Amino acid sequence: MRAQDKDHEKVIFEYSHPGRGATDQWPQELPDSATADLPQKLRRSRRAQLPEVSELETVRHFTRLSHLNFSIDTHFYPLGSCTMKYNPKACNQYAMLPELLGRHPLGPESHGQGFLACMYELQEMLKEVTGMQGVALSPMAGAHGEFAGVAMIRAYHRSRGDLARNEIIVPEAAHGTNPATATMCGCVVREIPVNEEGDIDLETLKAAVGPNTAGIMLTNPSTLGVFERRIEEVARIVHAAGGLLYYDGANLNAILGKVRPGDMGFDVIHMNLHKTFSTPHGGGGPGAGAVGVSARLRPFLPLPIVGLDEGNRYRWLTEKDLPQSIGRLSAFMGNAGVLLRAYIYMRMLGREGMSQVGEYATLNANYMLSRLKSAGFDAAYPSRRASHEFIITLKRQARELDVTAMDFAKRLLDHGFHAPTTYFPLLVPECLLIEPTETESKDILDAFVNAMAQIQQEAEQEPERVTSAPHTMPVRRLDDVRAAKQLDLRWKPTA
Amino acid sequence: MSNVPPDLKYTKTHEWVRNLADGTVEIGITDHAQHALGDLVFVEVPESGRAVKVGDPTAVVESVKAASDVYSPVAGVVTQGNPGLASEPEAVNTDPYGKGWLMRLRPTNGTATAELMAAPEYLKLLQTEAG
Amino acid sequence: MAFIPHTPADVEAMLATIGVSSIEQLFDEIPASLRVKSLDGVPVGLNEMQIGRLMSERARADGRPLCFIGAGAYEHHIPSAVWAITTRGEFYSAYTPYQAEASQGTLQLIYEYQSMIANLTGMDVSNASLYDGASAVAEASLMAVRANRKSKSLRVLIPRTVSPMYRRVAIATAGNQGLRFEDVAYSPDSGLTPVEVLKKYEGEDITALVIQQPNFFGQLEDVDALTDWAHAHGIFVIAVVNPTSLALLKPPGEWGTTGKGADIVVGDGQPLGVPLSSGGPYFGFMTTRTEYVRQMPGRIVGRTVDLNGREGFTLTLQAREQHIRRAKATSNICTNQGLLVTAATIYMSLMGPVGLERTAAASHARANDLLMALTSVKGVRRAFTGPFFHEAVVLFDRPVAPILTSLANRGILGGLDLSEAFPELGYALLVCATETKTLSDINSYVTALGEALQSAVRAA
Repeated sequence: MRAQDKDHEKVIFEYSHPGRGATDQWPQELPDSATADLPQKLRRSRRAQLPEVSELETVRHFTRLSHLNFSIDTHFYPLGSCTMKYNPKACNQYAMLPELLGRHPLGPESHGQGFLACMYELQEMLKEVTGMQGVALSPMAGAHGEFAGVAMIRAYHRSRGDLARNEIIVPEAAHGTNPATATMCGCVVREIPVNEEGDIDLETLKAAVGPNTAGIMLTNPSTLGVFERRIEEVARIVHAAGGLLYYDGANLNAILGKVRPGDMGFDVIHMNLHKTFSTPHGGGGPGAGAVGVSARLRPFLPLPIVGLDEGNRYRWLTEKDLPQSIGRLSAFMGNAGVLLRAYIYMRMLGREGMSQVGEYATLNANYMLSRLKSAGFDAAYPSRRASHEFIITLKRQARELDVTAMDFAKRLLDHGFHAPTTYFPLLVPECLLIEPTETESKDILDAFVNAMAQIQQEAEQEPERVTSAPHTMPVRRLDDVRAAKQLDLRWKPTA
Repeated sequence: MSNVPPDLKYTKTHEWVRNLADGTVEIGITDHAQHALGDLVFVEVPESGRAVKVGDPTAVVESVKAASDVYSPVAGVVTQGNPGLASEPEAVNTDPYGKGWLMRLRPTNGTATAELMAAPEYLKLLQTEAG
Repeated sequence: MAFIPHTPADVEAMLATIGVSSIEQLFDEIPASLRVKSLDGVPVGLNEMQIGRLMSERARADGRPLCFIGAGAYEHHIPSAVWAITTRGEFYSAYTPYQAEASQGTLQLIYEYQSMIANLTGMDVSNASLYDGASAVAEASLMAVRANRKSKSLRVLIPRTVSPMYRRVAIATAGNQGLRFEDVAYSPDSGLTPVEVLKKYEGEDITALVIQQPNFFGQLEDVDALTDWAHAHGIFVIAVVNPTSLALLKPPGEWGTTGKGADIVVGDGQPLGVPLSSGGPYFGFMTTRTEYVRQMPGRIVGRTVDLNGREGFTLTLQAREQHIRRAKATSNICTNQGLLVTAATIYMSLMGPVGLERTAAASHARANDLLMALTSVKGVRRAFTGPFFHEAVVLFDRPVAPILTSLANRGILGGLDLSEAFPELGYALLVCATETKTLSDINSYVTALGEALQSAVRAA
């Protein structure tokens, strides 16, 4: 990554010249007669305004833009709750074989047995590692998977005539998508507190469940980075009241190969394949939010799902096979290319590799936590083990030195580290949620801890340096207020 | 320390109410609320003629950090939303009890503001929340 | 292989620092009864060489038949530069651009994308994309409910000429929030939605009307008349469009004769540099007018300045999104399809307005060639009269499924059988051609079709 490119990269439109383009890539020009049958009143009167630049100019522009990004391939990226592990190149290479890339979604099953085999085996492997009895692959992101999960819970209760059950319980530390999803499904959200140890308060939970409870949305380990030790008791309480348990799989990396959500009592889970199963984050997507269910929710799974018939041929299951399905969430079958990458990753890991993921992710997190504590930082839950992530709170620094978590995050950029997650979970003030993942070496973890220690020292001796960071990035502290007030959301010609 | 004018009434959700001479009431958010939100970038005020009940979400104040509903402390009909806030949402930050008023209502109930808190009570609420 | 770099010496040193004697001890908070014994259902791990072989075998088994299917996923030429750059690690393995200083590459790219797509659709603003075209229709319906203050009914009219895949997803997604999607019939001669059919809704409270152009049959709707009708009755217009077609066709921002245009525009951006890949990942685009920008779901990038006055880009209007608003968010959406937007932006930059126009024209010309060739075969005729764009419905004198099987055995995917979704059409097939097809390909199709029909006669 180049810091402070002297020539700030212009917006591509500013390189345009009329008539320029990647002309070799264009189809041949056709006479007007080729489109004469398109009625005049339905046609464009003016050409669209897209860039007019040569192929080399395009390549150069976007390559230079890529230099302005931090990425896993270039930087340590300990974003809590995001699982920024190495994206193996093999996953990309083999998912992009021409036959797989060129296959039409509506092509016949006879010409898709290879692809369908991968999807079927992925379903089976995901069932095994999560301890669930049914899996659907079509939700296109974690939040989408959550939607499917809550929709299935609702469908289940309604199918039993239990129409009053529309309350979803959510711990106050939960990720914002959880309550948003509950609302999207026509449910009402009920928040319950967690105690200072980071566990759910069981008494409050018992008071909160009842005949209106559709279910509870949890993640384990929780968003606070700690394992909910009495999860079996939580499950008992909710099930006894007639509710179901939903597992937010954002933190699955902590327990992969060690504990299975199905064994903990969860009825429905979503998995973030772009976290735990290393599909690319891509600057914001595409993700894949596969869902897993216990046997009683299987009839409600979103379609399509891959099935195997007696002749050992793979086929798509449809509404005829699952008449109670919550429906289709994708025009076709979800993010197939992402699913292929997850499949390849899981095949490379194999059963031994799965266990290693949980082990080394947890080792790395606990190591960092120990070293940061020794360096004088405050853990939010000092008596607890870290799972695959943990929280450091900088509220003391904020109070005594007027240096905030945001300031530390910005200064870390100068040290060549992407900052950890800041200000989430909302419960812990001035927090950094740190998740190293299993693919990072001890050296980089040490370097990060050393950088934090240096920044702490700077905060004590020269706080201005930290509060006005970053100093070496192409831009510094962008004006968010101005961005929201003076909306500039697209390029317009100045002429 | 938050500014809490003594002549106004207050709600638990940090709105203030002022009785106007013509029998309508003027409503806004308190200094504490504007400070918690940060610089406002956008304010959505209700259109006149809209009937509201106590507790209805009637306006939205949006900062970079948060977009919050403003709940109507009284029941009535909206006579006016503050037109100046479209171009100057930051008036709510700089002058929350003056130029930063959000809306005016004609209350359906004559003693509309009776159940609201007086200034000393609201001050106590702020102290307990901070503690 | 799990890509774990630790040596035994590393592990020993780390355990000593933590103060435990084994990695197992780090899991001591977890009840022993919950611990997994083994994952026998997962096969043993493979190395790269082995997985490479397996995937190649599977890919070979599926082959590369000649594809004449459209129906929402279109095969276009993708210049090599598109994915060479998109799969650069700096784009591929970057996270969501929440830390703006560390993500100017992605943020500026999205800003450029927003500019291009807004212009292409003739609207004011765009978001950073949604999951796909189908879910974008659902999101647009929810947005129309929020933005159309005059309507309280939550009723959305969705003509039968709109993709049935999109309709299913809209119902599955937005139905839970009380939206009602109502079918509108089409004319069996033209394959279009006539304004007359809408007259019965006059005087009723309708929130939005969805108009797809070209429609699912490939036919071109009278978008002006439909738009004018909707606006005259206080109904929002949700336009669903194919981005390649917009190089030739009037963009939804210019629909109608009153100067108002569509209110929300959505569609699937797959034709812009994204491979077919069995149906995903694609991306949904959404554009709208400035006055509705705060009701738009998903991420949005804005341009601003930093503390030195330098221009930069950042995610904006986030207060509406799930991570802040939580239960009151405009949607629960957390992601955009960043990688696909990257590909589409590079594609649009390479093609430019002229390249895109030529692609659209060539696709249309090939579709015309295909139709002419197919309808020259005995027993095959067009279903509808009237103009179409690069897709059309043909009718056969016998069931379509066995014909398609026969064609597939000859390496040709003939089109989409419509008999399930549209039984009233009879033996109907939706066929498509793009600039990737040559006249020789079309000849191959017709020849194979002739053989398929002959062998059916012989078998009968």
